[in-house]
Amino acid sequence: MEKHYTDSKVKGVSTGTTILAAIFDGGVVIGSDSRASIGGEYVSSKTINKVIQVHDRIFCCMAGSLADAQAVIKSAKSHLSFHSVQMESPPLVIAAASVLKELCYKNKDELQAGFLTAGWDSKKGPQVYVVSLGGMLISQQVTIGGSGSTYIYGYVDAKYKPNMTREECLQFATNALALAMGRDNVSGGVAHLVVITEKGVEHVVVPGDKLPRFNDE
Amino acid sequence: MLGEAEPQWLSEEVKTGTTIIAIEFNGGVVLGSDSRVSAGESVVNRVMNKLSPLHDKIYCALSGSAADAQTIAEMVNYQLDVHSMEIGEDPQVRSAATLVKNISYKYKEELSAHLIVAGWDRREGGQVFATLKGLLTRQPFAVGGSGSSYVYGFVDAEYRKGMNKKECQQFVVNTLSLAMNRDGSSGGVAYLVTIDEHGTEEKVILGNDLPTFFDQ
Repeated sequence: MEKHYTDSKVKGVSTGTTILAAIFDGGVVIGSDSRASIGGEYVSSKTINKVIQVHDRIFCCMAGSLADAQAVIKSAKSHLSFHSVQMESPPLVIAAASVLKELCYKNKDELQAGFLTAGWDSKKGPQVYVVSLGGMLISQQVTIGGSGSTYIYGYVDAKYKPNMTREECLQFATNALALAMGRDNVSGGVAHLVVITEKGVEHVVVPGDKLPRFNDE
Repeated sequence: MLGEAEPQWLSEEVKTGTTIIAIEFNGGVVLGSDSRVSAGESVVNRVMNKLSPLHDKIYCALSGSAADAQTIAEMVNYQLDVHSMEIGEDPQVRSAATLVKNISYKYKEELSAHLIVAGWDRREGGQVFATLKGLLTRQPFAVGGSGSSYVYGFVDAEYRKGMNKKECQQFVVNTLSLAMNRDGSSGGVAYLVTIDEHGTEEKVILGNDLPTFFDQ
């Protein structure tokens, strides 16, 4: 049977994960599961937060090798805060994504990390960017990543609608993460979600027992 | 880089790398498949019907190696004909599935095909059996093939018990369409087979008639 190995070739602690970001009317939701595993056999952390704040209204999700992702984000955060001092204004979301992309592309031989960047800025409003493993940068309305994302492509394609309300989008994101965690053995734990709008940032954590349940459970 | 001596499709194994699905409703089953057959990166057949009859009211859906899957289906077709003559009536779906399972299990190291068996019989009505790697299990619905990975989330969320025939057909078509959009080894047209006590209905849904989603 054909299988898709997305993160299993990563050595060391991998985030073997599910991450997601989606734009709704007026903002963006970005979320992830909370499991970190070693070799797909041992859960080294049940409650790791993979949604990292890189600036006031810009968040990132990491996938791939945890060590690589943390190192890249640390470097990106410092680049970004220097950039925003130079520009004397909050950085654009695309600036954050570009910083990550530069690091991933220039070091593509050594690194094995991918990112979703989501945020709000005054120039373009809510945006979502994907930086892939090799350093490609593209903008999308909704995007998923990590090993668990394979199982929810169909669900996301079918259920995402542009211009949803905040509540609809939160429900959509929670459902998608729950479905992926239900099928991917290296995704699990709680669902971390962050809602970013012009007004501010809100963290939502959905513990395992409050996640939506589907037929077979 | 030196050029290759011969086209890739001459040396690559032909796989049905596919999306197949079967679902049971009250009174029958619906089977669905895409139509793409690939050899490496080439599509060698874009209109193959992967829903193969094992008997009048029992069909199987093929996935994995095209040769292995077709051979298993033909062998079981023959064995089932003999069996149904011996018992003097139409065979049970479970019997067909067991025959498929026996071959899959006995030759599991040599074969790489997965068949989903579904049909209708008088005793148990509509039934769907998965026979992956030689196990035999009855399920309300089953998905298989390379494209199935992408739609596990969708089928988990959308499946409800007690759907009627039309809802099942729509569910199958939606699932196939989503998988075909994401899986490079699935595509072409969608074949649908609906089996109930009144008979068997085969249908083809062409590419442009398939449901589309927000980014298309």
